[in-house]
Amino acid sequence: MIGFRLDGRSNVVPYLQLVEQVRRALRTGLLEPGDRLPTVREVAESVSINPNTVLKAYRQLEHEGLVEGRPGQGTFVVGSLAGPSLASHAVLRRELRAWLRKARAAGLEPEDIDALFGTTLHAFETEGAA
Amino acid sequence: MTAALETTGLSKRYGRTWALRDCTLAVPHGRVAAVVGPNGAGKTTLMRLAVGLRRPTRGSVAVFGRAPRDHPASLARIGFVAQETPLYRDLTVADHLEMGRRLNGHAWDRPSARERLAKLSIPLDRRADELSGGQRAQVALTIALAKRPDLLVLDEPVASLDPLARRTFLSELMGEVAARELTVLLSSHLIADLEHRCDYLVILSDSRVQVLGDVDDLLATHRVLVGAADGTTPARGIVSSHATDRQRTLVVRSDADTPTPPGWVAEPISLEDLVLAYLSEPDAGVLPGPEGPS
Repeated sequence: MIGFRLDGRSNVVPYLQLVEQVRRALRTGLLEPGDRLPTVREVAESVSINPNTVLKAYRQLEHEGLVEGRPGQGTFVVGSLAGPSLASHAVLRRELRAWLRKARAAGLEPEDIDALFGTTLHAFETEGAA
Repeated sequence: MTAALETTGLSKRYGRTWALRDCTLAVPHGRVAAVVGPNGAGKTTLMRLAVGLRRPTRGSVAVFGRAPRDHPASLARIGFVAQETPLYRDLTVADHLEMGRRLNGHAWDRPSARERLAKLSIPLDRRADELSGGQRAQVALTIALAKRPDLLVLDEPVASLDPLARRTFLSELMGEVAARELTVLLSSHLIADLEHRCDYLVILSDSRVQVLGDVDDLLATHRVLVGAADGTTPARGIVSSHATDRQRTLVVRSDADTPTPPGWVAEPISLEDLVLAYLSEPDAGVLPGPEGPS
């Protein structure tokens, strides 16, 4: 089962943070169809947030066809975001870790790495589209 | 649908002093409503009126449609934890539960009360004066929940607790709200503790309601603007304004469609910043009405 967390400094509203965490888990294969999501009560208690926020997130995921609420049983994953690319994740993650070691050795802090990756990805996508 | 708590022109005078004036609000069922404001703004008075401990001087208060003082049956639907979470210091935790059972009769949910205390590792044979502050607050919450209330009123329940005990208490509370239809009225000075937990906001200032509304609506209709200290400030909607020698920070009312004025950077607002902006400007206010958020 996945655990949720809330980034208090994020500008993303809390319910969308929860939605995004489920999407991410689906993309990386951490969640698969048939898996049960924690109950609204479990999330409200563990993250210490208003249960209506959790409900809103689950409704959004349901609306997107990714999960399904089954009365009396819980909320289950029915969709997947892990495309055929999932198989290559392991290799890419290994290469990324090697690159991260180099970046840290070169003196970059996690924030620097985040910024560098973000801007490079953005530039790459922009060039690709042009 | 009947509001869980509804007040109309609710006012309370102690001697010559008005502790609460013209308070009109409606907290919908299932909400976690925060009551914030400076000391002496009327928070405790509002809560005592809501639970039927005081009679209004003027106006009315209704819990699920009934005045709590005139309908003892409606008192059974209200759980209340007063400031400082008072317990009887010489009595054990088990004594408190037994007293609750005798006072509340068949409605008393002993199994779930014992289950909560066991989960929190609070021994039943411990005397109240041997408990930590966090444990005392948890026992008081357990007693208030054991009568299976539909409205739970908590007056500064976490004020004296350390950060970990505060989080545990509030997490437990969120779990209870998720577990059943429960409306909560919660006062606190610790605004950061209310963020993401409360979905309804009541700011009291100088014995009056200054701001009232759904938290998401309030956050969506306010922005923080940061600009140069000598920049041209927007003509309308300024709640608060603070400047250093170079930079000015404004809290303004504006929704996502409102263009950011030239020379300013707009940022989303946190609940804490919103509350602080209004507390620093007692003359500004947001109340439901034709032009306010509903």
